[in-house]
Amino acid sequence: MLDLYVEGRSALHRLGPGWKILGLAFSGTVLFAVDHVWLSILWLAISLTLYAVAGLPLWRAWRQIRPALWLFALIFVVQVLLHSWQLGLLVIIRFAVLLLLAGLLTLTTRSSDMIDGLEAGMRPLHRLGVRTESISLAISLTFRFIPVLTSVVHEVREAQSARGLERSVFAIAIPSIIRTLRMSEEISDAIDARGF
Amino acid sequence: MIEIQNVSLTLDDNPILHEVTLTLTEKRIAIVGSNGSGKSSFVRLLNGLRTPSEGRVLVDGYDTQTEGRKVRRRVGFVFQNPDNQIVFPIVEEDVAFGLKNLGVPVAEREQMVDEVLNRYGLLSKRKQPSHTLSGGQKQLLAIAGVLVMKPAYVVLDEPTTLLDLRNKLRVSQAIDGLDQTAIMVTHDLDLVENFDRVIVFDQGRIIADDVPNKALRRYVEAMLDA
Ligand SMILES: Nc1ncnc2c1ncn2[C@@H]1O[C@H](COP(=O)(O)OP(=O)(O)O)[C@@H](O)[C@H]1O
Ligand SMILES: [Mg+2]
Repeated sequence: MLDLYVEGRSALHRLGPGWKILGLAFSGTVLFAVDHVWLSILWLAISLTLYAVAGLPLWRAWRQIRPALWLFALIFVVQVLLHSWQLGLLVIIRFAVLLLLAGLLTLTTRSSDMIDGLEAGMRPLHRLGVRTESISLAISLTFRFIPVLTSVVHEVREAQSARGLERSVFAIAIPSIIRTLRMSEEISDAIDARGF
Repeated sequence: MIEIQNVSLTLDDNPILHEVTLTLTEKRIAIVGSNGSGKSSFVRLLNGLRTPSEGRVLVDGYDTQTEGRKVRRRVGFVFQNPDNQIVFPIVEEDVAFGLKNLGVPVAEREQMVDEVLNRYGLLSKRKQPSHTLSGGQKQLLAIAGVLVMKPAYVVLDEPTTLLDLRNKLRVSQAIDGLDQTAIMVTHDLDLVENFDRVIVFDQGRIIADDVPNKALRRYVEAMLDA
């Protein structure tokens, strides 16, 4: 879901990461504070325009939303049953806009800049004695290990389907978790070894 | 010089290493032995990732137990699986990580990153996501990330085990070219023929410590006896 940085020279690429994170937080607050479907649609249009401004094709935007489609379907059905289809639509648009904007943030911001931006934002906490480097390291590790974990699960699924177990959640989850735990020990050694 | 003085290691009540005493001064030292013989545990003692249950490990006179930071500055560590030691999503960010920890200013960092990536043929991959590199390139990136910190010693724990032949040769060439003292755990016995010293571990003890052909002969004999 979290796509990585795409090289570019647009205004959005050059905008400071702190502003982009603030913009995302602001959009989230407005979207959920104001119950108005037209406002959400307006925000959706703005988000898509921003993709164009960043020089990103529409399929990039679509890729941010696609993994959540089944969740949207579920939310929509629940909202229709409990309230109305209008409310269902409103909720889905809100989530879609947030996904689009979060995706836009990672697509136009190098993760190192984002981390530097977060570190700058967290400076007051740092002065209070919080180890903010650890927080930013945790965030970059998340970015780094999304593709690694995906390939671990993929490998385990292949191995299990060779034994006819591709439909067993346990047969896939247990070895994946064990491998991940083992990995995490070595990763933490590697971080120590590099003087963190 | 790295001195291992009467070191024993026990993990969760399991004895792993028994009274090992060694002085490491040669430029190329290989550690060999069967799986579970204690090689990884031993080399992790050298940069303080593990500390001895008994005895002392001194790196240029610094005790790994009490001067961990100074020791880790001197001793770089390359792991078997490059996927577990590349901690940043983009190639150049990962190389810069150690420099950042050392407090090197940004401008200087950039130049050092350039230099080391160039040396390992990774300059064109500078801005790429690290997960898109091949296995051999990932291991070279891991080595670059360690070397950029200019350690005096480089410890490598089976750096070629997961690689195919072509990548194995590339990584081994990179290791041959190191200016530093290198201490390498390996199962690729053909890679250590021109090393200065080979140490053979078996069940947490040293059973041979000699020039390559003698030490390796003793290793093979021991495995045939068992
Ligand atoms: N964290 C640990 N806790 C308990 N036992 C361990 C731990 N790590 C390794 N061992 C045990 O120590 C022995 C030596 O392991 P290791 O040093 O990894 O050997 P090698 O690298 O030669 O394969 C093995 O029997 C292993 O099971
Ligand atoms: Mg090992």
